Amino acid sequence: MEVAKLTDVTRIYKIGEMETRALNGITMTIESGEFTSLVGPSGSGKTTLLQLIGCLDKPTSGQIIINGQDTTKLNRNQRADLRKGTIGFVFQFFALIPTLTAYENVEMPLLLNNKNGGERKKRVMELLEAVDMTSHSHHRPDQLSGGQQQRIAVARALATDPKMILADEPTANLDTENGQQVMDIMAKLNKETGTTFVFATHDPRVIKYARRVVTLVDGLIDANGKGQNAGKTAKS
Amino acid sequence: MMNYLKMAFRNLGRNRRRTVLSALALSIGLALILFIAAFYEGEVRSSMESTLRLDSGHIQIRGADYDPDKLSVAWEYLIENPEQVAAQVEALDQVQVATPRLIASGIVAVRDESSGVQIMGVDPASSANDPYREGMISGNFPTADDREGILIGLPLAENLGLEVGDQLNLLVNTSNGTVDEQLFTVRGIFTTGVTIYDKGTVFLPLAKAQAFSGAENRASFIFILLKDREQTDSVAAALQSPNYQVKTWTELNEILVFLEDFSNAYLFILNLIVMGVTATVIVNTLVMAVFERTREIGILTAIGMKGRQIIALFLVEAGVLALIGLAFGLLLGWGFSAYFGKFGIYFGDLGISGMLLEDRIYTYLTLEDTINLTIFSFIITILASLYPARLASRMEPVEALHGSN
Repeated sequence: MEVAKLTDVTRIYKIGEMETRALNGITMTIESGEFTSLVGPSGSGKTTLLQLIGCLDKPTSGQIIINGQDTTKLNRNQRADLRKGTIGFVFQFFALIPTLTAYENVEMPLLLNNKNGGERKKRVMELLEAVDMTSHSHHRPDQLSGGQQQRIAVARALATDPKMILADEPTANLDTENGQQVMDIMAKLNKETGTTFVFATHDPRVIKYARRVVTLVDGLIDANGKGQNAGKTAKS
Repeated sequence: MMNYLKMAFRNLGRNRRRTVLSALALSIGLALILFIAAFYEGEVRSSMESTLRLDSGHIQIRGADYDPDKLSVAWEYLIENPEQVAAQVEALDQVQVATPRLIASGIVAVRDESSGVQIMGVDPASSANDPYREGMISGNFPTADDREGILIGLPLAENLGLEVGDQLNLLVNTSNGTVDEQLFTVRGIFTTGVTIYDKGTVFLPLAKAQAFSGAENRASFIFILLKDREQTDSVAAALQSPNYQVKTWTELNEILVFLEDFSNAYLFILNLIVMGVTATVIVNTLVMAVFERTREIGILTAIGMKGRQIIALFLVEAGVLALIGLAFGLLLGWGFSAYFGKFGIYFGDLGISGMLLEDRIYTYLTLEDTINLTIFSFIITILASLYPARLASRMEPVEALHGSN
């Protein structure tokens, strides 16, 4: 079952008179349960592609269908609704709300989805346990290490049981051990829950976890044996 | 809502110094407008009370042709048999006191110095004279049959170096247009707290004033105080007669009434200015907060927070800031108003014509002003915070996520 379908997607940034083509016509699908890595050098369009799949941005042209909805026809609030229920995010920087505890950060998407107190508590505790952070639930982000913060971010991304989690360079600011822990957790959750994971990275240690690798070069999918289905040759 | 409140408190706690300074700006703003309102209310109340008690009363019955500016005691301007008229008026249930008063212009002369005065002939027994009796500094109020005694105000006594028992020469413009004079003995010295009044008014017993000025059994007007000021119009209507002019306190004190009506508009503009300045501090604080938290706003948007929820987040933060600041401002404003309500603020003789102001103004903060101004300040703060809140809500998620934090 398709979670995301992109057809001839372009994204052009205009800065003054200058145009920068970040994506040059991407066509791809992401199936449910995938553990996919978007790879490529800096400036290849990985983050832009992730932002478009995550409905954080709109393409200049082309069509993006997420969970059966054409996102290019949605307004700002409709895209927020789609993100809220369907997509989870893990960012390169440890994107937690600094004034909230680990528990409250994980709880935030559930609040936005109007879950009641009992449901929220049960779900947050499950997730904290899944990322092995139960003992740090009342710590604020500045009391946690980078790896711990990223685990909380993974738990938050999973809170609403989304169809797909998008992670942008999730290990870029972590040391090897913490990076591996975070990837292990994501791989485990993908296997156990069937949640789709798509992550942008150029870290070979991360790529080895992917079951599918999509390589981007200059805003295009590299068709030279490392295109859409290149992941079939990667480690599963 | 609880979560918005929790986040608002924690966000305000991030930069405590800035929060405290912003709240303090609000406190000072509210305290200032409360104090201004209390000052103005105190001033108007005091002036109104002084004017009604000392000068105009609630109603005056005058001769049909009486002109107060002339201070003339020519018979055609005066009321005949005034005590009889006053007794009839006093018989009305709504009337507290009605008493005849004769006003003539005169000059007080002592040695080489002189001062123009208004000579007021009053019935010494009337309770309408209580404000003067209560303000006696020395000596006594002249009795009704005193033919040589005079009551003078403290500033006049000080200017002319007079004390109780001293003599002064009083000249009066009489009914037939001539000037008469007589030596009087100062029986008492009074103060009402209104310098302009005390400096320019001397009192004689009505019978003496009538005889001295040639008015005989006549008075300038009947001074009437009612039990309830609200009944002025109905009593005035009942007193209408073709032989007299019946003037209400609103007609007699047009400047004061205008000032009271005008004060609301004037204070509203003043309040807007004060709160406008305060609001810019709040806007500045929240705009800084928005830019400092750009990435956070991006994260919240990414996990599905909508624009209106971002607005709500900042409005709650502004609301909490406002409540803290306004609570302290309320205490501050109330404290200042209570202090100056008790001890007053000394201004001396402001010399404003058309109204009688005491030398010391006592602030008076009404509950209505307190509630209205606090709500007004809260609304202004929330309105001011709409701009930064909308700024935050309109950030594009992608751009916000790349913002600094």
